[in-house]
Amino acid sequence: MRVAVTAKEASVDGPVDPRFGRARYLLVVDTETGETDVHDNEVNLNAAQGAGIQTAGNLAQLNVSAVITGHAGPNAFRALSASGIAVYTGAEGTVAEAVESFNNGKLVEAKSADVEGHWL
Amino acid sequence: MIVAIASGKGGTGKTTVAANLALVASMQGRAVSYLDCDVEEPNGHVFLKPEMYLTEPVSVPVPVVDDDKCTACGRCSEICRYSAIVLLAKTVLTFPNLCHGCGGCSMVCPSGAITESGREIGVVEEGARGQIRFVHGRLTIGEAMAPPLIRAVKKRVRPDDLTIIDSPPGTSCPVIQSVKGSDYVVLVTEPTPFGLNDLSLAVDMLRVLNLRFGVVVNRADIGDDAVFDYCAKQSIEVLAQIPHDRRVAETYSRGLLAAQELPEYAEVFRTILERCC
Repeated sequence: MRVAVTAKEASVDGPVDPRFGRARYLLVVDTETGETDVHDNEVNLNAAQGAGIQTAGNLAQLNVSAVITGHAGPNAFRALSASGIAVYTGAEGTVAEAVESFNNGKLVEAKSADVEGHWL
Repeated sequence: MIVAIASGKGGTGKTTVAANLALVASMQGRAVSYLDCDVEEPNGHVFLKPEMYLTEPVSVPVPVVDDDKCTACGRCSEICRYSAIVLLAKTVLTFPNLCHGCGGCSMVCPSGAITESGREIGVVEEGARGQIRFVHGRLTIGEAMAPPLIRAVKKRVRPDDLTIIDSPPGTSCPVIQSVKGSDYVVLVTEPTPFGLNDLSLAVDMLRVLNLRFGVVVNRADIGDDAVFDYCAKQSIEVLAQIPHDRRVAETYSRGLLAAQELPEYAEVFRTILERCC
């Protein structure tokens, strides 16, 4: 299963970026093999508006089944749902730790946005 | 003639200057329109106390997608700079609260799947206080789309009037929309490090827009000399200095105009008017 994690650094040993739309990097991890691709998200980090929607659009292109992040706002959540991507919020620690929590079933799938738009 | 009152920093005295300028101009017998373009928090009416005679709702056109006609080509998604219409997994989603109403998506749609419906973002109200015609916009609470409402306020500019525009603070889209097309911009600042920083941002903005401008230093006897040094170095005219006078603050806090209550201040605002017109 291909899972995306929002990340502050281009490495699985770096911290999870709690922001979804304006995450610095998107790390796509294959949960079976551990193989990881790094995708730069700087364009959306600096977007005037609609960062969450664009980031969701990028994830749809990357063909992932789920995303692990800190928080997701209403527009991001709607775009992710429409793309058939499951959302797991509340992730902490490093990307590797977040993936491990996900694999162990410790992260709960979000049923709605957990923050207002522009919470940061 | 259109004179816009702007500032980088908020709370420097834009509305005080704008409302007093409108008052002294009308006392000189000029036909004056006061346009409050600070549609996110208009307060000119607190001081001018106009009697309103007209309210007009303002809408922006937003796209409505007919899924039966949509071929999921993604052209609407590509042209939209604001992510207000996005193709995701063969479905087009719209986000009306992000839409600026440019109409680009319906123009590029090859299958005629996109029509437009109106989304109300606020109202324009018009009224008068004595000889001053008064117009302001009130953006609906929670709404982020100020520029289309500011455009609707500015549609009510009368070419023969002296038009005083009270701009929002800052240097972003709503400010540019407010000051654009002005013959002169009065930048109100205060002589503090914050005042100077935000003044220099506003000056840079006006230079890009190629507008004529001058500076009014409010509460001129507080802070330091850095604003004056900056203006001298940049060859920017200081139109007037308004002292940090408790009586002006009291007048403001009662919703009154200094030019009416304190005769010596009428002279200050007449000087500003003369220098910018």
